[in-house]
Amino acid sequence: MKYEIVVGLEVHTELATESKAYCGCKNQFGAAVNTLCCPVCTAMPGALPVLNEKVVDAAILMGLATNCTINPICKQDRKHYFYPDLPKGYQISQGDMPLCEGGYLDVMVDQSGTTRRFGITRIHIEEDAGKMMHDDAFDGSLVDLNRSGVPLIEIVSEPDFRSSAEAKAYLEAIRELVIALGISDAKMQEGSIRCDVNVSVRPVGSQTLGTRVEMKNLNSFSGVARAIDYEAARQIAMIEAGGTIEYETRRWDDIKGENVVMRSKEYAHDYRYFPDPDLLTIVVDNSRIEALRSSLPELPQAKMRRFMADYALPYDQAATLLADPDKAVLFEAVVGMGANAKSAANWMCGDVTRLLGERGHPLEDTRLTAERFYEMLNLIERGAISTAAGKIVLERIMFEDISAAAVVEAEGLGQISDADALREIVRAVVAQNPKAVEDFHGGKTNALGFLVGQCMRQTKGKGNPELLRQYVEQALGIS
Amino acid sequence: MNLYEKSAPELGALLRSGACSAVEITKDHLRRIGAVEDKIGAYITLSEERALQQAEAVDKKIAAGETLHPLAGVPIALKDNLCTQGIATTCASKMLEGFVPPYNATVVSRLDTAGAVTLGKLNLDEFAMGSSCESSAMKITRNPWNTNRVPGGSSGGSAAAVAACEAVLTLGSDTGGSIRLPSAYCGVVGLKPTYGSVSRYGLVAFASSLDQIGPMGRTVEDVALCYGAICGHDPLDATSARRDYPDFTEALGGGVHGLTIGLPDEYFGEGISAKVRQNVLEAVAALEAEGATIRRISLPSTPHALSAYYIVSSAEASSNLSRFDGIRYGYRAEGCENLNELFERSRSEGFGPEVKRRIMLGTFVLTGGYYDDYYGRGRMMQQRIAAEFSDAFEECDLIITPTAPTGAFELGANIGDPLKMYATDVCTVTVNIAGLPALSLPCGFDENQMPTGLQLIGPKFSEARLFGVAHHYEKLCGGFKLPGLS
Repeated sequence: MKYEIVVGLEVHTELATESKAYCGCKNQFGAAVNTLCCPVCTAMPGALPVLNEKVVDAAILMGLATNCTINPICKQDRKHYFYPDLPKGYQISQGDMPLCEGGYLDVMVDQSGTTRRFGITRIHIEEDAGKMMHDDAFDGSLVDLNRSGVPLIEIVSEPDFRSSAEAKAYLEAIRELVIALGISDAKMQEGSIRCDVNVSVRPVGSQTLGTRVEMKNLNSFSGVARAIDYEAARQIAMIEAGGTIEYETRRWDDIKGENVVMRSKEYAHDYRYFPDPDLLTIVVDNSRIEALRSSLPELPQAKMRRFMADYALPYDQAATLLADPDKAVLFEAVVGMGANAKSAANWMCGDVTRLLGERGHPLEDTRLTAERFYEMLNLIERGAISTAAGKIVLERIMFEDISAAAVVEAEGLGQISDADALREIVRAVVAQNPKAVEDFHGGKTNALGFLVGQCMRQTKGKGNPELLRQYVEQALGIS
Repeated sequence: MNLYEKSAPELGALLRSGACSAVEITKDHLRRIGAVEDKIGAYITLSEERALQQAEAVDKKIAAGETLHPLAGVPIALKDNLCTQGIATTCASKMLEGFVPPYNATVVSRLDTAGAVTLGKLNLDEFAMGSSCESSAMKITRNPWNTNRVPGGSSGGSAAAVAACEAVLTLGSDTGGSIRLPSAYCGVVGLKPTYGSVSRYGLVAFASSLDQIGPMGRTVEDVALCYGAICGHDPLDATSARRDYPDFTEALGGGVHGLTIGLPDEYFGEGISAKVRQNVLEAVAALEAEGATIRRISLPSTPHALSAYYIVSSAEASSNLSRFDGIRYGYRAEGCENLNELFERSRSEGFGPEVKRRIMLGTFVLTGGYYDDYYGRGRMMQQRIAAEFSDAFEECDLIITPTAPTGAFELGANIGDPLKMYATDVCTVTVNIAGLPALSLPCGFDENQMPTGLQLIGPKFSEARLFGVAHHYEKLCGGFKLPGLS
């Protein structure tokens, strides 16, 4: 029997607000342990939470960017469980009345530009827990509460993914989106974006959902894809063997490439959700929503589609440009000034990206302005310098305070494009190499390249290669 | 008259005239505590040194000719569920024995700023759960009127300390009657303010939607002064109201002429002792003679209030007390093998039986499958009761009821019978459920020569009106009587 994989995703993203969700403590990764906490986020007796409204704004932005309905009234609930990193014994979250509901995200799922629409069930706000620390240096465990009370949004998808590749494309789209919105730095390695996966399988053609299994401890997007494939295969094998799938929570081990049961159904938590009496109902009026809507930037998926369509770029180049907002801005600026889009994209994705990688610099730390970059592209376009010379110019205008023209001047990179001078050289070279001419006419097309190379040598590398080739061809009587 | 018997304005006048110093006043109260505390047992912790430093600071201000707050130099004490930086805050529980908070409750900061002198921390029922102070894990507090009887609860230490002149004013907290019941039992004045008028920041939470901190004192004026010092918006408490408050002392002396007072039938029926009913009705008659109009009203959902209260308050308590897990502070069981054992044993050993009973009750009513039947219906009943009060205040300015069905009972009388203990709250819980202000003031004595209380209930933020009527009645009946302690 053929099976279909059905996947739903729950993405947690830490919000990059200045302060925590319910107290004035700084929201910052990597500080010395237990230095960013106060009576509220350590749950001292008597301390009370007060909602940071910036958290609501960030969640609304995400809701708008994913086409959700923003509920004008929603509440905050307490979700109870005991764990040492959860100081209050409950997490402030949202139960049956989330802030955002019923949206979707259109995601390009392959390089040919195929776009799929994935449903977003809800987006709600909640707080993060602290972190347990285990080390051989001490007995037992310690708790760092710097992260306690850091704001999160949880983005719950519909079970709309039919492959691990779709799930991964969606996760990458979510990551790009929160970064573009400026609401999260979405660093998987710092835990600021995390994901739980629900996987079920069903016979192809079936409309009913199979029993889902939840997986936790997924630390990378590629790990998510591996975990989905593993779990789907496990379920199919089980069903084929005559077994049934039980609802349970499994823990993914990316090193071993397998998962193990964390919690079976009998031990499912009863979180005893109820409205947090310390906090007020969240009321969002329309003017607030509209102000946030008007502040939305162009969203990454839409921008991707625009780059591929308007500039006729292949997927890879559009993706490389959009992966770094500064690159996308620079690219659009030079094209706006009149540069050829294809050529600008080639330089951006080729040498510019290579040089940034070699130097370990982000684009914003270089001296590559749109004006200088355009000047360089224009010199090449006009034939004033060769592509090879362009590479030398680029490296200098990126890292030195010098214009493209000044580099050309200083290094003598100007290209000989004077027709008469070049024709004269071609005549001489053809005359001096009768063997090569003969070979060419005998069918050895390599001889053409040899003759062009000889001409280039005569110009000490400064001859315009395209013109030289053209004149050699003319001299050989083939154009 | 001894200094320790004086009211806040009397002490203020002495200070301003230079007749005595704040240090002398503080020392006089400390001597009084030394003399009677063995019999009463109101204090869990005395903060003598800090009190004397605060008094010295007030004396310096006087010497420098600075303007004094009316509470400057006035000795006060705090229920031991209010966080005090540097002074142990136990909630009368083994769970928090020796716990020293790193911060002050907002009310504590406000009283410190006013220059009030904090003598110490007062006994209560464990985590404010109880009506007699007997669930305290720390000590027994006795009623100054008869030391074989309870002071009431949960703010029993706060009421007993004021009645025995071990402090001029005290703060209590009231979730279902915990200020008003002990005020009635000990013959003092106690205010449960409008929900949201006093910041709860730093009050160790019992039931967040019902808890309010309020003042207790021997005179209405003292209580009004103290309320004025602690009320007002606090950005640290999201449920704190944003509004301005009047000078409450200006409301005193206004009389009762033209006011309509409602008497709800449901508070005068079965379960209310004949003597309590008689005392309250005599007080009502006296107010009528002064020009008030008396109107019988009905608050029909009252019989359901106690159940709704115990469901909602226990649900919130079970959640609020989750933070006591043995990890960061407080009691931790020793020799645990794993995490679950650490949680279970720390909580089993750290909490007393009444607290555990409420946690279990609250956990049950929030459990999936029972939520709608219990917590959901409790909240619905809460809305209905609030609506009935709203309707009642369309036709009357305030409502008078007994504070409690009887006077103080004997120590141990209700310990084995939680339902009987819970029933002492029957007249007070509705006020918390509806978020209203209510004031209990002394109103005669019962057949055991124990004080009984009258409860004035007003619409939200009508404290000034309550003070005015209470002050008028206080004058009519002669005011506070000192219990016969030597």
